[in-house]
Amino acid sequence: MPPESISIAGSFETPPLVRPQRTRRGHLASRHVTGWLLAAPLAVVLLAFLVLPIIMIVVVSFWTATEFSIVPAFSWENYEFLLGSDVTWRVLLNTAKYAVVTWAITVVLGFTVAYFLAFHVRSQTWQTALFLLCTIPFWTSNIIRMISWIPFLGREGLANSALLSWGVIDEPLDWLLFSDFSVILAFVHLYTLFMVVPIFNTMMRIDRTLIEAANDAGASGFQTLWNVVLPLTRPGIMIGTIFVITLVMGDFITVRFMSGSQSANVGRLIQNDIGLLQYPSASATSVLLLIVTLMVIGILLRLVDIRKEL
Amino acid sequence: MTKMRYSRRSLLKTGAAALAASALPAPMIWAQEIKDITLRQFGTGVSNLNEVAQKVKEDLGFTLEMTALDSDAVTQRAATQPDSFDIADIEYWIAKKVWPTGNLQAMDTSKIANYDKIVGIFRNGKLTPDSTIAQGTAPHTVGFTSGPGGTDFVAEESGWMTLIPTIYNADTLGIRPDLIGRPIESWAELLNPEFKGKASLLDISSIGIMDAAMVCEAMGEIQYGDKGNMTTDEIDRTMAIMTEAKRAGQFRSFWKTFDESVNLMSSGEVVIQSMWSPAITAVKSRGIPCVYQPLKEGYRSWGGGIGLSSSLDGMALDAAYEYINWYLSGWVGGFLMRQGYYSAVPETSKTFMTANEWGYWFEGKQAVEPITNPFGDVLAQAGEVRDGGSFEERMGKVACWNSVMDENQYMVRKWNEFIAA
Repeated sequence: MPPESISIAGSFETPPLVRPQRTRRGHLASRHVTGWLLAAPLAVVLLAFLVLPIIMIVVVSFWTATEFSIVPAFSWENYEFLLGSDVTWRVLLNTAKYAVVTWAITVVLGFTVAYFLAFHVRSQTWQTALFLLCTIPFWTSNIIRMISWIPFLGREGLANSALLSWGVIDEPLDWLLFSDFSVILAFVHLYTLFMVVPIFNTMMRIDRTLIEAANDAGASGFQTLWNVVLPLTRPGIMIGTIFVITLVMGDFITVRFMSGSQSANVGRLIQNDIGLLQYPSASATSVLLLIVTLMVIGILLRLVDIRKEL
Repeated sequence: MTKMRYSRRSLLKTGAAALAASALPAPMIWAQEIKDITLRQFGTGVSNLNEVAQKVKEDLGFTLEMTALDSDAVTQRAATQPDSFDIADIEYWIAKKVWPTGNLQAMDTSKIANYDKIVGIFRNGKLTPDSTIAQGTAPHTVGFTSGPGGTDFVAEESGWMTLIPTIYNADTLGIRPDLIGRPIESWAELLNPEFKGKASLLDISSIGIMDAAMVCEAMGEIQYGDKGNMTTDEIDRTMAIMTEAKRAGQFRSFWKTFDESVNLMSSGEVVIQSMWSPAITAVKSRGIPCVYQPLKEGYRSWGGGIGLSSSLDGMALDAAYEYINWYLSGWVGGFLMRQGYYSAVPETSKTFMTANEWGYWFEGKQAVEPITNPFGDVLAQAGEVRDGGSFEERMGKVACWNSVMDENQYMVRKWNEFIAA
């Protein structure tokens, strides 16, 4: 955020007395110019690879499409269809459902794992070793990690044959694969680490004397956890939340493979449109998804001021 | 690594050849320079086979670069990036979408040596003089244009072809006979509650809707004017029936790629589904029984052909014509037919097949010795007969061709709703 850094720089302005001297040293020496120059490369990259594409998507979302060509126009047709169709709302709801459930599970898992790593593992060597262990699955592509569930969960898969041979079930469980269960399982598998890392990071920076103080003041283990550790890890949780929510909301491939194309989220709608050359309609859906995701993040950021807490 | 070495060596060879050519008189130049030509072909995985590229290098001397994509991506690329390819290996229904963009050029049939031997389906639409033309985008309806530079379609054999037909087949449902244990005779079985949670459909809207229509018609629920060109009302009713079945849990999964369909079937997740012929072969080659079940309502058929990019000219264009003529001259046809597809000029392919292979694949006769595909997998034992029988029996029972409808956009939206339902 270049403008932000500049205003911070501004607030540390030296007293006016010194000022005339510095202006004489020319523009390049001015802190403002240097600040802008330092921010420029990032600004250019963001402009070219983030802002411009988004503007393009917004523009195209007002175009119309025929079978094999897209026609520049200004038409609300894409949005009319999108917002007027109950499928859109159902799919949005489904997307939100995946996001919320995945978030709830990953936050509990992530917090627990991070807590264990940060507070129970005393030696730093072990901490690093165990932390690296968490990242091992990331050495393969996420598609491989996801698809490897399919033979495991299938009707004649490992899970079902194991349960059958133990006598737990009489018939293979169908809902293990190609269901919401398998979609969320894959999401949790893929994204828990995104929760662990930021939470672990904030936990490591908690001043241990605070916990001792809580102990000395007679707080129970749970009270310390709830009243000391948890509030202090909020920024980590929030960063993890933003990662997980945006990843799940923007996903299309996990939902496609793990639900056997049976469920849809917004990403799948966009993918289908693109596959059928309906770029304007895909753009309109993307804009809708962007707005919804930004709204969610906006609300999250209101709950915790990350910048202040970091 | 080996590939790199090969290309470096061939580069040296062509370099030396070019040197030699420049020192020698005119007629040699063509023969030598053609080695420097690279034609970029893209298409669906079906016929984009490395073996074909290798054989082209051997027989014709130039390089064919192949890119395999799924049919959506193929359509996109042909319609939006005409300079990214020289040869488009596409299906006829894709041609209906892509041809009007002008990204492909008309081909002069007088330059096609075996034009007269091309099967009637691709010329006047009739397999035999008295056969009726099936519904949908029948290849001959989008096979000809008015002349060079034309972006229209004409009904008669105008001498200017949009695509040169290369490969086609008749599709039906694939079943696991061992898990079903009774005869299957109708498309309606796909929605039979008996197979609840064990059926699958392909999620490529333009093809999936046709399979769905075959099913609805077989159930007696809907009578279509033309399954390949439905009215919005017919689309609504079809999707309503399918959505109801989906909500009732009829489908285990939908598939989009060849591999997915193979895995669904061989793992036993699915016992009845829309399927493509080589997928059946792939399941069978794992030792799992799988039948490409002929059904009384007939087949849903598809055909592919190669089209030339409009930016192709000069020597590269000549090379492309040479490639087309070579394609129809038999080797590729035999190669494809031994995998269960049909060649556009079957009689030239016959010379590249054994009598046993020709009898099994084309004439529907019992195999006298084991049938293997070009990759060495055994597909049938002696005494077995091809599912569906001979060429005439199978291609003569086509109920509908893969197509693109006038109401395509509406259909796509409805299909999206169905998948999201």
